[in-house]
Amino acid sequence: MCDTCGCGDPEIVPVEVQEKILSDNDHRAAHNREHFRAAGVVALNLMGSPGAGKTALLEATAAALAARAGSGYRVGAVSGDLATDRDSARLERAGIRSRSITTGTACHLDARLVHQALHHMDWRDLDYFFIENVGNLVCPAIYDLGQEANVVVLSVTEGEDKPLKYPVIFQKADLVVVTKTDLVPHLPGIDMQALRDNIAQVMPTDAVLEVSAVTGAGMADWLGWLDAFATAGAPVAAVPAVAGGEI
Amino acid sequence: MHEYSIVQALLGQVERHARQHRATAVHRLHVSIGELAGVEVPLLETAYTTFRERTLCSAADLEIHPVPASWSCPDCSREIAKGTALRCPDCGSPARLTCGDEIVLDRIEMEVS
Repeated sequence: MCDTCGCGDPEIVPVEVQEKILSDNDHRAAHNREHFRAAGVVALNLMGSPGAGKTALLEATAAALAARAGSGYRVGAVSGDLATDRDSARLERAGIRSRSITTGTACHLDARLVHQALHHMDWRDLDYFFIENVGNLVCPAIYDLGQEANVVVLSVTEGEDKPLKYPVIFQKADLVVVTKTDLVPHLPGIDMQALRDNIAQVMPTDAVLEVSAVTGAGMADWLGWLDAFATAGAPVAAVPAVAGGEI
Repeated sequence: MHEYSIVQALLGQVERHARQHRATAVHRLHVSIGELAGVEVPLLETAYTTFRERTLCSAADLEIHPVPASWSCPDCSREIAKGTALRCPDCGSPARLTCGDEIVLDRIEMEVS
């Protein structure tokens, strides 16, 4: 009640808050990150459109690691999808310990969903833990999950203008993996230099690798990028960004 | 449509602050949304009008302050223009986003008894 003049009107006060609206999620993500780091597990958030080749990249990663003598990495994953556990089943068949997160109508994973999934699987003995986000180039970008790095998977069939159309996710990326490069000879419309230039306009480090999960081309560079975490044993800031070769 | 989950987080946050201040009603919320926050302002407004029903914010206006994105060099502080490669033209360092990714509750105007 207004005491100044005794008018009886309620008093309206401005209260300064200056708080991130997603601070609850950020808090949970920090909690996940503490757990991952304490266990020595490198968590990577894999984002990209539906059909960009996120699951195929992980399948090829498992195959490439198995073929590499003495790699010794144990790899696990959670896969987010609106419905079905098909991706998780694919990853299990590829030898990746995995669990699905079915989001229903939610278009992204958040730190709480990842945390809940961790309660239902053995993950502390892993070297790499991939969080395969819901296929979507928009919403996943703004939710911290507790990862060490963001990897955006972009297939050549999506066209070279996607980075300009969806700048937020590329701005948050620590690495862009351009997939399905074996299809380039069949895509006369795709301009790979333009794709690289467009990424540079929205992603400060413009760290780009090109791979084909089908032929295995570029997989060695991708494993090299992963190796940098194992040798550095530190957060992404301490890991040198790897600029890819010519796309 | 993550704007709906942002609004749910916002309403929870406002309720917490209102309780702390023993507010009887909330009149206006001031929120900053960056150009590169990944949030569509009209969708956020629609989500807000839908979800504020039967909350402390049911009669509260939502005032959104858009924040343009701005990039600069972390080493020499030179401003880097949008629409070009995000590297410093002088020293080659990757640009740093100085503002434009915020999703922030700035201020709540509330009625206290």
